[in-house]
Amino acid sequence: MTQKLVVIGAGMASGRVLEHLFENESGFEVTLFNAEARGNYNRIMLSPVLSGEKTYEDIVTHDADWYDTNGVTCHFGTHVTAIDRVAKTVTSKAGTIAYDKLLIATGSAPFIIPVPGRDLPGVITYRDLDDTNAMIDASKAGGKAVVIGGGLLGLEAAAGLAERGMDVTVLHLMDHLMERQLDEAAGFLLRRDLEKRGIAVKCRASTRAIVGKDRVEAVLLEGDETLEADLVVMAVGIRPETRLATDAGLSVARGIEVNTQMQTSDPDIFAVGECVELDGQLFGLVAPLYDQAKVLAQTLMDSPAVFTPKELSTKLKVTGCDLFSAGDFAEAEGREDIVFRDPARGVYRRLVLEDDTIVGAVMYGDTTDSNWFFGLIRDKTEITDMRETLIFGPAFQGGAPSDPLSAVAALPRDAEICGCNGICKGQIEDAITAGATDLGAVRTTTKASGSCGTCTGLVEQVLAVTLGDDFVIPAAQSICTCTDMTHEDVRRMIKSQELKSMPAVWQACGWKTSCGCHICRPPLNYYLLADWPLEYQDDPQSRFINERKHANIQKDGTFSVVPRMWGGITTPDELRAIADAADKFAVPTVKVTGGQRIDLLGVKGEDLPAIWRDLNDAGMVSGHAYSKGLRTVKTCVGTDHCRFGTQDSTGLGIKLEKTLWGSWTPHKLKLGVSGCPRNCAEATCKDIGVVCVDSGYQISIGGAAGMDVRETEILCQVPTEGEVIDVIKCVTQLYRENAKYLERIYKWMAKVGLEWIQEQVADLENRATLVARFEVSQSVYRKDPWAQHVGRAETYQPLADLTLEAAE
Amino acid sequence: MNDWIDIAPVEAVPQRGARLIKTVHGCVAVFRTATDEVFALDNACPHKNGPLAEGIVHGASVTCPLHNWVISLETGVVQGQDEGQVATYPAKVSDGRIYLGAAFLTRRAVA
Ligand code: SRM
Ligand SMILES: Cc1cc2nc3c(=O)[nH]c(=O)nc-3n(C[C@H](O)[C@H](O)[C@H](O)COP(=O)(O)OP(=O)(O)OC[C@H]3O[C@@H](n4cnc5c(N)ncnc54)[C@H](O)[C@@H]3O)c2cc1C
Ligand code: SF4
Ligand code: FES
Repeated sequence: MTQKLVVIGAGMASGRVLEHLFENESGFEVTLFNAEARGNYNRIMLSPVLSGEKTYEDIVTHDADWYDTNGVTCHFGTHVTAIDRVAKTVTSKAGTIAYDKLLIATGSAPFIIPVPGRDLPGVITYRDLDDTNAMIDASKAGGKAVVIGGGLLGLEAAAGLAERGMDVTVLHLMDHLMERQLDEAAGFLLRRDLEKRGIAVKCRASTRAIVGKDRVEAVLLEGDETLEADLVVMAVGIRPETRLATDAGLSVARGIEVNTQMQTSDPDIFAVGECVELDGQLFGLVAPLYDQAKVLAQTLMDSPAVFTPKELSTKLKVTGCDLFSAGDFAEAEGREDIVFRDPARGVYRRLVLEDDTIVGAVMYGDTTDSNWFFGLIRDKTEITDMRETLIFGPAFQGGAPSDPLSAVAALPRDAEICGCNGICKGQIEDAITAGATDLGAVRTTTKASGSCGTCTGLVEQVLAVTLGDDFVIPAAQSICTCTDMTHEDVRRMIKSQELKSMPAVWQACGWKTSCGCHICRPPLNYYLLADWPLEYQDDPQSRFINERKHANIQKDGTFSVVPRMWGGITTPDELRAIADAADKFAVPTVKVTGGQRIDLLGVKGEDLPAIWRDLNDAGMVSGHAYSKGLRTVKTCVGTDHCRFGTQDSTGLGIKLEKTLWGSWTPHKLKLGVSGCPRNCAEATCKDIGVVCVDSGYQISIGGAAGMDVRETEILCQVPTEGEVIDVIKCVTQLYRENAKYLERIYKWMAKVGLEWIQEQVADLENRATLVARFEVSQSVYRKDPWAQHVGRAETYQPLADLTLEAAE
Repeated sequence: MNDWIDIAPVEAVPQRGARLIKTVHGCVAVFRTATDEVFALDNACPHKNGPLAEGIVHGASVTCPLHNWVISLETGVVQGQDEGQVATYPAKVSDGRIYLGAAFLTRRAVA
């Protein structure tokens, strides 16, 4: 007896089911409904259609002939509107027809973010041929396109539209593109490649509204930025199309719930594809759908089969952006990373190992070996024996893995070692044989490692392989175990390669960990914000707690609060406000610091925003007593009151503090201004000291009174206050741009020499540019962090209070 | 009985950061890594009770803000030369929300 099989949805999954059924001559009488006005086509190839590489005809999988030959009754352009499970019928504009078995394969629907303006003409999602054609039509007029969503679909849409000549911007909510498939380093490389093809990328961009009168005109972002747009593509995600199933009373969670035979809660109704959910899992790529289709066909033919989800891999179909991601690349206990970076070629590979198998892989730039790696992940192959050379791919397996240099030894003579200068291994070997037996000599004779320097390690390995025991790889003091580079190397790279984000540094400088550690992240954060104040966004999570919470942590976990007292001057009102705050927040200790201001010690973390608000209201701001940045400018009373005072030391100190406050420096920066050589402000043991004399101001630098005690050395003497301020801004900027993190001025001065600093300051043109750069940075950082944090007081509160919850 | 307590949306904890949960028996720190995994640990370093929630999170570890001990978020075990272990509690992200194992209220009561 022939059974009636009704199929709702002619998509990738149901198409496969039908193919299996007909191949096995299962004898079902099939009726096929599709909401789209066409049969089955290869949906994933819509991107090549959009970019113009293919046409719709190229991607049709089942044509009219095929349906005819297999006796399928087709209702295309026909939406099924109801299922009656008791009568076993489905209803559509084509009437009501009966089924013996029903297959729901409705796929998913694009998610539309609920912002005003989402219904305007010119706002398109990306799901089917109609959407694709609408985008192609819109692109004919040129103009600007904004793609919301930096995932797989959004980027393919962006690349296609750019290919068709539109000016494209991608908005992405998260910190890096395709964050579910890629880690930060790969995300950075992808972004760089997209930018090279003229696609602008904005991360951390949250859409507030789409605006326009009759059609879309612009996209408005949180933070009030407006982007002009003639076309907006929304590609922020999908949700399973479950409406029919829900209405029919089937068991539906996020998707239609099925068992491993693809059977729903009704034994005669089955479901496959993106609309299903199995054990809490949804499916958004075709590989598992094809497996489901095979299992379902067998189920329908009464031969037992079980669907098991397998590892998945992702590639992006944008020419020139070669990426691959598979498995699970989250960090966890017992997992290890192997990372390989070739900055010159823009190649990044990361393998995540667990129990001697590969559990995840991310690759960018060179994905030729991705299939091999994917095989190792899927088969859970034990990799112990090839571990040393694993990351180089299948070509390097089978050698003598016990030798860590074997990977380099195995490289052919024409393998490129230095990307910048195009130097191959053979040229280096020849130079070594000709007498260049150390790094310096190889560098001068071949130029290898002479430019960006990132291949230094490889060149040293070639030396080691060629010379054997005669060569010992020198160990320079690296920042931490995440990298072989020194602080100086990294600073140089940040400037010369214009690296403007942490993932960019990790990639370009060959970091061995995926996201750094507590030792390297604070210096990197500082270097980036010092060199790129306008472009780089400070990362609080890479700061020590004191700088993250703008207060000094105490040994019992409470904090101390020190408001600024400019130049050590205060007023009765300020003192009253401090006293009131101390009372109100039950501050256990109030102390006068060695820096001429008052410290409130023992404040609870969650009270910080409230106490800051009170101090802000009284006109006080953060004293940065916790920062690697400007601390205090100590002053003496000077000409205002003192019988020996030669200049207004208090006034000058206040001006200096008001100019410099908020700036971040390699280590803390303390100043003093004394009114005469009696030096009551102890200016000559500060990082920068000013001693006023009759003829003007003596500026000296490099003092200390902590673990080392030393006197400052004279930098220069100038006649006016204005010049004092310029010289000090100039020295501060020089220190900011050149010193190593956690190096006070005196240590930095010992390295670069006082004379070099004097020359830099004396050259007036140079002084002016340094002052200008300092001011650019201060336009961002001369702000009170307390006032900014008062606005997010809730982040200082506990996330939840379960003390009231019963513990049974 | 529901085994998991719904705490908050995952965005409420910054990536590579932590927030506190108050319980009758002290504070539990909920950490979120760069890859959006969440972990729950007692907010007290085995060294001198340093508040771990204020530490720097890297990979699946946190560095204590007081004297830089490094603690595994997964097992609570102190890494490297130092020795000790912090209690950990079941935590997960589901549908963009953080859940803590409900049993931890009781277990803490016993501990
Ligand atoms: C509060 C204060 C002591 C006081 O009660 O007076 C203080 C307190 C701390 N100092 Fe200091 N220093 C204080 C003035 C000084 C001074 C005197 C001065 O500034 O005139 C010095 C010597 C001058 C100098 O810096 O060269 C000083 C040299 C140090 C050092 C040694 C620095 C060095 O390079 O050798 C450290 C350690 C460090 O920074 O690594 C330090 C570190 C600290 C820390 C931040 C330790 C820490 O990391 O937790 C202390 C925080 C205490 C807390 O819980 O809040 N403190 N410290 C002073 C705050 C001044 C202010 O108003 O901002
Ligand atoms: C542009 C693009 C690129 C992609 N690239 C890739 C890729 O590179 N790799 C990859 O693995 N995956 C890719 N995907 C995802 C892949 O296409 C889907 O996973 C797959 O198509 C899902 O198959 P399906 O059969 O579940 O649903 P679909 O193929 O969407 O088919 C469902 C069909 O059901 C119809 N329908 C819905 N409701 C009703 C109703 N009530 N009545 C009648 N008909 C209805 C719909 O009109 C639709 O035609 C891409 C997707 C898109 C849009
Ligand atoms: S001298 Fe030592 S103990 Fe005293 S405040 Fe400074 S760092 Fe703390
Ligand atoms: S208290 Fe944590 S390291 Fe000392």
